[in-house]
Amino acid sequence: MIRRLIWSQKPTRSLGGDLAVLLFIAAGAAFSSLPLVYVVCNAFKPMNELFVYPPQFFVRNPTLDNFLDLFVLMSESWIPFSRYVLNTVVITLMGTAGHVILASMAAYALSKHRFVGSKLLFSLVILSLMFARQVTAIPNYLIVSRLGWVDTYWAIILPAWAMSLGLFLMKQFMDAMIHDSLLEAARIEGASEWALFWHVVMPNVRPGWLTLIILSFQALWGETHGQYIYSEQLKTLPYALDQVIAGGIARAGVGAAVGVMVMIVPIIVFVVNQSKVIDTMGASGIK
Amino acid sequence: MRSAVSTTVPGNRGLSLVQKLRREIRTNKAPYLFVAPYAMLFFLFTVLPVVIAIGLSFTHYNMLQPPKWIGYQNYLRLFLSDDVFLIAVKNTFVFALITGPLSYFACFIFAWLINDLQPKIRAVLTLLLFAPSLSGRLFMIWTVMFGGDSYGYINGFLLYWGIIDEPIQFLLDPQWMMPVVILVVLWMSLGTSFLAFIAGLQGIDTQLFEAAAVDGVRNRWQELFFITLPQMKGYLMFGAIMSITGSFAAAANIIPLVGFPSTDYACHTIVTHLIDYGNVRFEMGYASAIAVILFAAMVGMQRLVQRILNSLES
Repeated sequence: MIRRLIWSQKPTRSLGGDLAVLLFIAAGAAFSSLPLVYVVCNAFKPMNELFVYPPQFFVRNPTLDNFLDLFVLMSESWIPFSRYVLNTVVITLMGTAGHVILASMAAYALSKHRFVGSKLLFSLVILSLMFARQVTAIPNYLIVSRLGWVDTYWAIILPAWAMSLGLFLMKQFMDAMIHDSLLEAARIEGASEWALFWHVVMPNVRPGWLTLIILSFQALWGETHGQYIYSEQLKTLPYALDQVIAGGIARAGVGAAVGVMVMIVPIIVFVVNQSKVIDTMGASGIK
Repeated sequence: MRSAVSTTVPGNRGLSLVQKLRREIRTNKAPYLFVAPYAMLFFLFTVLPVVIAIGLSFTHYNMLQPPKWIGYQNYLRLFLSDDVFLIAVKNTFVFALITGPLSYFACFIFAWLINDLQPKIRAVLTLLLFAPSLSGRLFMIWTVMFGGDSYGYINGFLLYWGIIDEPIQFLLDPQWMMPVVILVVLWMSLGTSFLAFIAGLQGIDTQLFEAAAVDGVRNRWQELFFITLPQMKGYLMFGAIMSITGSFAAAANIIPLVGFPSTDYACHTIVTHLIDYGNVRFEMGYASAIAVILFAAMVGMQRLVQRILNSLES
């Protein structure tokens, strides 16, 4: 009976195998999540628990001191902490929204139309998945500075709009989930391509863009963007995290508090999106 | 698949290339408008930079004076007189050959195993396994774990239990740095491919498994090889691409952990070498040559792995 609570029914499973698998997954999940649980525990530890010897994993008397210290520390610095948060939020939201929309539009054209250059563009996108973006870091900097965008949000947001993963993912989803008959029907009723895209295509590839939001959000949220942003008032939350951690062991509690703030938002976005993604995603995906 | 919009432009004969192009754009105006914003940015920030990097790699360029053409001297210098580069190449391949396959298999195996569980339990485990990728720069927590004094969690533990007498300098001792970095890279490795695999496994028709059981598939391994893997081909290829790209760059992404440059260049990779010359020394021509080598190595590795995967299939 317990077995049925844990596993979906499949005919070809042995009990011993199932238990071994469960142990293996539990070990993996512990390895993945315990360091992060430790950060969360530290964020709520009072000073005397942070520095006991030997180190303790769990918190005994949880307190919000570290978060209060963080705000004191940050209100003393000449850039208010809220500014770092705002910068990260602006960059992440604008970058993600633009990427999802532009990549989906291009993916629609590549998936449902054939025109001169479409094959070339798609093979270039696949090629660009094959190398790390460090390859293009120097020329990108030269281009951004030539355009006069160094030390602005645009230096980060615009390149994010044209990341290759989004176009690839959205095209795969559209290839699989949008049938030509669906588009023909709407065209006969006189829908413009623009209306078609927003009212027929996008609602039908919802799992696709929900997934893309997770991936794009996660990529932008965690970045310090150090090479493009010099002004203190434009710097981001992960940069602030680095600065606090650089303060050394005395700031361990405050560092953990920033860490919790950095990690909580992508996790919320993931949880909200995942519930919608994983179940519907099955219908299609990459062929 | 049949395209929804007619794409052949009739009566093209006897027209010049410009006229043909103009006609093509007029016929396919909508798709061109749809693709234009993305394509322009993609060209500006991905295609053009690769071309510029290749061009700059044949020059001496310090950002102050205009680039000076020096032929293939940068490449000669890289391979003949830059000892640190050779260390970087060796480290890059050691990292890539260990973390690439391991993270690829970890992504697949965990996605495959949790796929059997009830949706709610599966969702929780997906979050726990995916959390390190979501938490970005929090990998810095490992500096606390591997800290070099008794407050370092692991040292503190080992000292308390009397396993060691004095703390190990995990992040400074070349003997330990590489394994520590590999461990942290693996910790963060359940990323994009992992999510893609979960989606792919969800997409397999469950009737296939029932039919297979009737046809005599007896255990999960037979099911894996006869049903699951063949159904996952596209995802497996995509995951391989992402894992290879990641394996070349991941170690450099977590370089703040061991400091830069790392002791005795123990964790120096092609990417950190590139950062050293590009962001620190401003030798942009030389750095571009490093970038071109990195590009060639990654794309070459991708092609090789694809050839191997394709031959395994047939």
